[in-house]
Amino acid sequence: MSLLDIVNLNISFATRAGVVQASDEVSFKIRKGEALCLIGESGCGKSIVALGIMRLLPGNARISGKIFFNGRDLLSLHKKAMRKMRGRDIAMIFEQPAGCLNPVLSVGNQIAEAVKIHENCSGKISRQRAVDLMALVGIPCPCKRYSQYPYEFSGGMAQRVMIAMALASHPSLLIADEPTTSLDVTIQAQIIELLKNLVSQFNTSLLLITHDLGVAAQMCDSVVVMYAGGIIEKGRMSDVFKNPGHPYTQALLKAASGKEPASVKGSVPELTRLPDGCRFHPRCELSQDICRKIMPQMKKGVKCHIQKKT
Amino acid sequence: MLLHITNKKDRLAVLGMIILLLLTFIAILAPYIAPYDPVELNLTQRLLSPSIKHLLGTDSVGRDILSRIIYGTRISLMIAVIVVIIEVFFGVVVGTAAGYFGRAVDEIIMRLADILLAFPGIILALVIAGLLGSSIMNLIIALTSVGWVRYARVVRGSILSIKKEGFIESARAIGCSNLRIASRHILPNIISPVIVLATLNMGTIIISIAGLSFLGLGVQPPTPEWGIMLNEGKPFMESAPHLMIFPGLMIMITVLAFNFLGDGLRDILDMRINDIVEY
Amino acid sequence: MVKFIAGRLALAVLIMLGSAILSFSILTLAPGNAAEAILSAERADDPQLAEVESFMERHGLNNSRLIRLSQWLHMLSKGNFGISLRTGEPVAEEFRARFPATFELAASSMALAIIIALPFGVISAVKQNSILDNVIRFVALWGVSMPNFWLGLLLILCFGVILGWFPTYGSGSIVHLILPTITLGTSMTAILMRLQRASMLEVLNENYIRTARAKGLHEVLVIGKHAFKNTLIPVVTIIGMQFAHLLSGVVIVEQVFAWPGIGHFLVDSINARDYPVIQGFVLIIAFFFVLSNLIVDILYAFLDPRIRYGRTQ
Repeated sequence: MSLLDIVNLNISFATRAGVVQASDEVSFKIRKGEALCLIGESGCGKSIVALGIMRLLPGNARISGKIFFNGRDLLSLHKKAMRKMRGRDIAMIFEQPAGCLNPVLSVGNQIAEAVKIHENCSGKISRQRAVDLMALVGIPCPCKRYSQYPYEFSGGMAQRVMIAMALASHPSLLIADEPTTSLDVTIQAQIIELLKNLVSQFNTSLLLITHDLGVAAQMCDSVVVMYAGGIIEKGRMSDVFKNPGHPYTQALLKAASGKEPASVKGSVPELTRLPDGCRFHPRCELSQDICRKIMPQMKKGVKCHIQKKT
Repeated sequence: MLLHITNKKDRLAVLGMIILLLLTFIAILAPYIAPYDPVELNLTQRLLSPSIKHLLGTDSVGRDILSRIIYGTRISLMIAVIVVIIEVFFGVVVGTAAGYFGRAVDEIIMRLADILLAFPGIILALVIAGLLGSSIMNLIIALTSVGWVRYARVVRGSILSIKKEGFIESARAIGCSNLRIASRHILPNIISPVIVLATLNMGTIIISIAGLSFLGLGVQPPTPEWGIMLNEGKPFMESAPHLMIFPGLMIMITVLAFNFLGDGLRDILDMRINDIVEY
Repeated sequence: MVKFIAGRLALAVLIMLGSAILSFSILTLAPGNAAEAILSAERADDPQLAEVESFMERHGLNNSRLIRLSQWLHMLSKGNFGISLRTGEPVAEEFRARFPATFELAASSMALAIIIALPFGVISAVKQNSILDNVIRFVALWGVSMPNFWLGLLLILCFGVILGWFPTYGSGSIVHLILPTITLGTSMTAILMRLQRASMLEVLNENYIRTARAKGLHEVLVIGKHAFKNTLIPVVTIIGMQFAHLLSGVVIVEQVFAWPGIGHFLVDSINARDYPVIQGFVLIIAFFFVLSNLIVDILYAFLDPRIRYGRTQ
């Protein structure tokens, strides 16, 4: 059985500019211990899907579909039950770790709090656990750093703190939303290495959200490619990267390999004004009449009228 | 600016605008709409309750309260507008100088502003009005002598943030004169915060005018003014409460209208509340 | 942090010195002759020239401005505010006798404002755009727009005259304190409520709030611990700044309720052109402004670790 099974997840926002369809019939599964990555350009709805799983979307969001976690549908859980799952079963780390730490609480305090929420232990024990966690994620002199505040931490160190906090209760799923995007290249490699080790050490499943194909290839077993709120291709990492089916995935890979001009032509459509038919057709070199009229169905992991997986 | 009247706050702003337009008409047309002479005594008609003949009743010396309130609108709005114009003028000049020239000029002006702000405005106004003697002129001097500081700060703040964006430097680089830079590049950027501040400030000024007059340190009797009317009505609170209810109501409505409009404008012009909070 | 506080202290001293000079100059630049005003206030007819001159001689009003300024600063440095021209008592004594009543009123108004404004501001932000939020916002806007002298009169009319629940003037007991406290505290409550709501809304958008929720923290703690502590920084600033302003709002409220505090005394002194008292009052207000700002700075250091440790490392 899959650990996480998302079925036809729709998320939309009512805004002044109109309804934004940020996630359109998104479905994918993550097995226990598997690392899956969700890739796509920024603004394609990746982070919204992640926040949807955590049920941490802003108040104007409308969400439908099913998100099964260990067989229970998260969307039908009571608020209180969902709160208990956060941090304990599903944890999340974010982009720009510095802003994700509370500036007026000491770093150790924030990690100890994460321990305490789900374990109901004494202050002394949670404090000790927090120091251990800080050592685990490679923060030097954890005892001293415990009582320091977020402004005293660099971006990389702050992300280590976030990881320590996320792993406090050994969750079975870790969602990492662009965990290295705002960091320096050298630091990025360290954080990726750390995440990789910890995930395999604890046998945690990973949902990695990134637009960096290199990072994705290093860490993940399977991949889901999103474009303008919908999934356009999914499959095993090695298959997809070796033999991409969708023209968009092909373009992404070409852009990342550096052989061609660095970006995919054109830009992601506004989510309030999506084109008819295949959403990628205005940017697609292969587009034909059918692409402009009819939304293609997912076949063998590719959602395209023209390209078929061989 | 008022094209997108969709949410509640915008509607309140429009309501404020309508009330203010109405008050402006009342102020301008006072001689034509006031049923009686606001200062004419009529000792046979003292302390009358509201009736058809005197819609809001009469005061302790038989003057028609409605007429006095109508003329009071004229006095209050006129003084407040004059005060705001003078404050904006000095505030913009000083604030622009501080923000534009920076360094020593800025430092000196802003430290002076700090010291001036150390005095709660109303106290300084009270002291000045008290010392210079009570007259409309002195009331205006008292209110403006402290009020301009806040405009100076807001203007300086916006100029500093414009400077950060660097297009003053580029304007200077292509040879624009100081005056041209100020009028073409700076003025448009400071105008919206100044408008919002001025609108909110009008309310505060109206309260200050009435407050000082209430204490006997502002406008002098027998001029029809809301604060004076309150003060004069106070002794008759038990027998004739309408003497103090209507002028107070008028002050409140006027101030509320300015605050509705100011709050709405602040939202429409998308300014953070921290920049301008009424202290 | 020591350096930080020392810097603030130096600024405070500078502001006090500036205030002393400013308060002196306002009064000397003002037209009208104090001696004449005092003497004519004491008697029904205009005073004789000789009398005025001997009065001015006695109170040193004939010396040049610079000499009087230096005398004034010298006196102040010894805590001497001069002698009230009207009562003949030392100004400092006059204030000392009246200050407790004023402080009582200001402090209770502040307490009222904090107790009401902070929770309602938080609720208003958390339930943004709900009916409750709209009601709270409207009440706050109304509170800002309400002239306190009129509010005072209405309260007297309603609860004093008509219902007879509270005395309408004077001081001395809790019952006396209630109406003036509401009168003085209303606008303060409204201002604080608006500020608390605004800063809460801002903080709730911060990423660390999302982190706190992602941990599985109970919403009560997310708001009460993580968010509230961050909103305190701007709120405490305004509370501090408002305290001196509250002392000045006291002037009108004391007049309405015949409250025997320094505000009441000031209005009488202004009418009598009692220069030393007016100068003293201006200085006292400036002193409280500086003092409350200092307290705010120290509180800041407790609330914001960036300031607490930032300067020592």
